[in-house]
Amino acid sequence: MSTFGFTEEQNELRSTAARFLEEKSSSADVRRLMETSEGFDEATWKQIADLGWTGMAIPEEYGGVGFGFVELTVLMEEMGKKLFCAPYFSSVILATNAILNAGTEDQKKELLPGIADGTTRAALAFVEPSGKWEVDSAEVTANGGKISGTKSYVVDGATANLLIVSAKSGNGISLYVVDPDAEGVTRTALQTLDMTRKQAKIEFNNTPAKLLGEEGAGTAALQKTLEQAACLLSAEMVGGAQACLDASTTYAKERYQFGRPIGSFQAIKHKCANMLMEVEMARSAAYYAGWAAAEDPEELSLAASLAKAYCSDAFFHAAAENIQIHGGIGFTWEHDAHLYFRRAKSDEIYLGDATYHRELVAQKLGV
Amino acid sequence: MRWTIEDTPERAAFREQVRGWLRENLPAGWADAIESGDADKLDQARKSWDFFGWSRTIGMSGYGAPLWPKEYGGLSGEPWMQNITREELARYRLPTVGLNILGVGLAGPTLIAHGNEEQKKRYLQKILTSEEVWCQLFSEPGSGSDLASAGARATRSNGEYIINGQKVWTSIAQMSHFGMLLARTDPDVPKHDGLSYFIVDMKSPGVDIRPLKQITGSSEFNEVYFNDVRIPAENLVGVEGDGWRVARTTLMNERVALSGLSLDSAAFAGGTRKDPWALFVDSIPNREDGRVRQFIAKSYVEKEVKEITQFRANMARMSGAQPGPEGGVTKVYNAEFNKWRSNGIMNANGPAAVAWDHGDSDSENRAHAFLRARANSIEGGTSEILRTQMGERILGLPREPEVDKGIPWKEIKRS
Ligand SMILES: Cc1cc2nc3c(=O)[nH]c(=O)nc-3n(C[C@H](O)[C@H](O)[C@H](O)COP(=O)(O)OP(=O)(O)OC[C@H]3O[C@@H](n4cnc5c(N)ncnc54)[C@H](O)[C@@H]3O)c2cc1C
Repeated sequence: MSTFGFTEEQNELRSTAARFLEEKSSSADVRRLMETSEGFDEATWKQIADLGWTGMAIPEEYGGVGFGFVELTVLMEEMGKKLFCAPYFSSVILATNAILNAGTEDQKKELLPGIADGTTRAALAFVEPSGKWEVDSAEVTANGGKISGTKSYVVDGATANLLIVSAKSGNGISLYVVDPDAEGVTRTALQTLDMTRKQAKIEFNNTPAKLLGEEGAGTAALQKTLEQAACLLSAEMVGGAQACLDASTTYAKERYQFGRPIGSFQAIKHKCANMLMEVEMARSAAYYAGWAAAEDPEELSLAASLAKAYCSDAFFHAAAENIQIHGGIGFTWEHDAHLYFRRAKSDEIYLGDATYHRELVAQKLGV
Repeated sequence: MRWTIEDTPERAAFREQVRGWLRENLPAGWADAIESGDADKLDQARKSWDFFGWSRTIGMSGYGAPLWPKEYGGLSGEPWMQNITREELARYRLPTVGLNILGVGLAGPTLIAHGNEEQKKRYLQKILTSEEVWCQLFSEPGSGSDLASAGARATRSNGEYIINGQKVWTSIAQMSHFGMLLARTDPDVPKHDGLSYFIVDMKSPGVDIRPLKQITGSSEFNEVYFNDVRIPAENLVGVEGDGWRVARTTLMNERVALSGLSLDSAAFAGGTRKDPWALFVDSIPNREDGRVRQFIAKSYVEKEVKEITQFRANMARMSGAQPGPEGGVTKVYNAEFNKWRSNGIMNANGPAAVAWDHGDSDSENRAHAFLRARANSIEGGTSEILRTQMGERILGLPREPEVDKGIPWKEIKRS
């Protein structure tokens, strides 16, 4: 079923990615990196840049490879399967799209080539300690080229070497480009449930900030950026859910109790069947969302919420069942089940959970 | 269907051809009404519509079953042709499955796969035109999920088979011309090996059809008794003793056919003038209540992912190939979704869902849909059985121990 809508090249990209990640993102790699404060491996990051992944959806005139959201969907799904530890979602997806959606021609030429070649690792600071996902809820203020206030839950915010920050001025919400080493910036790493993806709180105190694009145009640009990101986060969740299903079925075939593999008991078999159904449905939602992001600007917003709502629930359910199917061993630190469980909860909540997005679906349908 | 991938020139041409054919063959004003979005005009056009005549027209055109071979009334087409045809039928508010659901969905594909040339020539075209309606004589009082344990006997005698026994839950038997009959030709071998598959003329002497009243109060299904019913040997499908393999083709196709049915397609078949989604939303009161909004949105999300998944499955299925166990995925999902949604519609309507003025047809339909949905996870294979199949055939999980394995059928414990 999974061949729908992909070209030969996209399928090729998928198998290359799977092979690469198999080698570079083993359980041991993930566990080593999640214990570090940076949370990623410089050499591997360089390699994916060389493979073109960091510039995948950046147009060629800005130094990228010039592909689009369907290719990103493929990569995110594969990365999600292996819990790949890298500032990919933050830099290549959130920050890049913010720049593409908001920046002037000159700014895109200035900022994007660095992201494409991997030397820039940008982060998008748009949420604040209030935890609200609405883009116009920003309280950080911009005044005379300086910003002040606190952002939080910034993915890879502590390690990024470029920040895109939303702030309000008299003219509404705008995006700003900020050098994290500039004066008045204090970055504090947060303790994260999902150790494979780092987050930070960032305080700005009269920090110099360059306007990205037009003043007051930040709401629309940011909104679109988050919708695009929701589509791709959904793809990542599909990958994660598939990994949980794979782990569960493999274990259900190997583990014997009462003289039979536990997978021959219906209680377990039916859990696996339900996971299969939900994973297939989630895949449909994520592929649709990736397609909408690539092809249909009018459909993007609804598709993003639809996918985020469905995939959030599906991944969490798969990750939870995966622990149950493994019994005691699933509750150990040594087993990877908890890493997916942590990622599932973190992804589910990030950008708004299923309940939040279903309300958006209702609004977008005019209900 | 917004997620439909853009037509290639070849597909666009086919779509144009389907539309052209529809414009020519629909009652006057129908196509215009659809194209201009004029609901009143569509109602007007519908008045002069002859459903039986329409069934015949589409059955003769090839569009009734694009995947079937040309010589038997299809288009020898590829899966995308079927998708496009269904999309266009839906767009023109026409039933995507006609009167003869079991004939077109189950009997046809089974005969194409296992029937001989004479059988294909004799039956297929008339299935498509709904001139001959079919039913499925599989389940018995003692054999439901464990269909392979069926005990209705078929005994060979002088170029004929003589059938004795009882079938049950046989949908539309009372309206059918023919039935797909699974019967036991050899009780001395293990259950799967002693079955044979027959075409039975429902008007044969000795066939006794007794309607059963369902929880909805209506009688869609029946008991069918066979008392020395004679079937000519030429009505055997495949070879004697190979009936289980033939029946599995029917069952796989049944899953696919039932995956597509939902409240929405029921609305299509009923000929509503409005878009089924809009009808659904309109039927829900208190749409400003947060819980109701969650219900509506979840319905939308689940409906969409289900349809996209069906679309992906259709795209993946090779031309002419028989559907495999993946049909169970959408069948179970659809069943559980329908039950969940029809239940939610009841709750959203509060006391009006459970008590209404006599003759309030909206309330009656709502209650009917709520009750009817219970069958979705029983008919065509229960959700439990299908989950087991998904686990074993798609995920490769080990089978359960089979206590009746290798034992002659007549020695198996049955109820
Ligand atoms: C509306 C309707 C229309 C129908 N139309 C037709 C028709 O046209 N032709 C026809 O031949 N049949 C028809 N059926 C019959 C249908 O296919 C059977 O009802 C179905 O296969 C279940 O069989 P059963 O009723 O004997 O239940 P049983 O098989 O006795 O099942 C009872 C319960 O036990 C569970 N169960 C049974 N075995 C297992 C197992 N191995 N593991 C776990 N759980 C199990 C079932 O899931 C179910 O919950 C129709 C049924 C309905 C409701």
